[in-house]
Amino acid sequence: MTALQGEGYAVDYNADTGTIRITGILRLGGIIEYQPISELLENSIAAHPALTLDLSGLEFLNSSGIATLSKFVITARNHQGCAITIRGSSSVPWQGKSLNNLKRLMPDLTLTFD
Amino acid sequence: MTTEQYGDFQDIPSRLNGHVESLDLSFWTSSIPLKQRWRNNGLSADFLGDYVTTFFPLDESDSATKIRQAEIRSAVSYIANELLENAMKFSADSAGIPVSMRMYLLGNQIMLMESNGANIEQAAKLQTFIQQILSEDPYELYFRKMEEKATASAESGSGLGLLTMINDYGAKLAWRLESVENAVYVSTQVNLVI
Repeated sequence: MTALQGEGYAVDYNADTGTIRITGILRLGGIIEYQPISELLENSIAAHPALTLDLSGLEFLNSSGIATLSKFVITARNHQGCAITIRGSSSVPWQGKSLNNLKRLMPDLTLTFD
Repeated sequence: MTTEQYGDFQDIPSRLNGHVESLDLSFWTSSIPLKQRWRNNGLSADFLGDYVTTFFPLDESDSATKIRQAEIRSAVSYIANELLENAMKFSADSAGIPVSMRMYLLGNQIMLMESNGANIEQAAKLQTFIQQILSEDPYELYFRKMEEKATASAESGSGLGLLTMINDYGAKLAWRLESVENAVYVSTQVNLVI
């Protein structure tokens, strides 16, 4: 089901499979505007032993969005007990440039590229 | 402060003798509400990204050119958007200087140069950050800031956008800060070698 959406993007949350899928183009104005997405991500950590964040359909993300993802990964790392998988796409250029940084923040993270 | 330069700031006019392509966008940040203006950042950045692909045409028989074109478009769009977002956040129209974004194609180099007016306080903050970028490993600085940001309350102006340009896109950054009446004329150059 679609949990959040705005101009050009949607966030779907499947509680049964523990999957959050973000699609479209995300250029929100600063960490504050990312707060609803941030809360959805961080609240899911405690609710699932394993969580998949599917970004393969996320064509663009600004640096505030990258900071939001990093904060989520750091929270998951510090929480422990929730295995994180991030799915990217090799045909979306920014992901090949920036997603690997998340792995450094959380070495246990599984990062895959379709 | 009179004029300070950081990094390898290039004097564009001296390089314009040759055959150079450029695009120039300018606007006043206060002419429409920030919320509407913010949307314009993305449109302008995507336009610059699309425009630059003209100079890196597709070779249908070579799939590598398609990947390369997509990467150049994405890099220009990302960098231009970050520069414009920073300009919206940290410029002062009261300085009487519009925000301008110029893109130059200089051989195997794409240069994005963003200029804006800033008040003295904004300029001082930027200067502190520039000195940090130039004196520390930008990669280590990036991760340290991410860790700080994850535990501290939301703050803006941590320079993560500039750091990702350097770390993720291999861009070279340079700045010029020029004192004008009670304000500072700030120019940021981002160079991408392609």
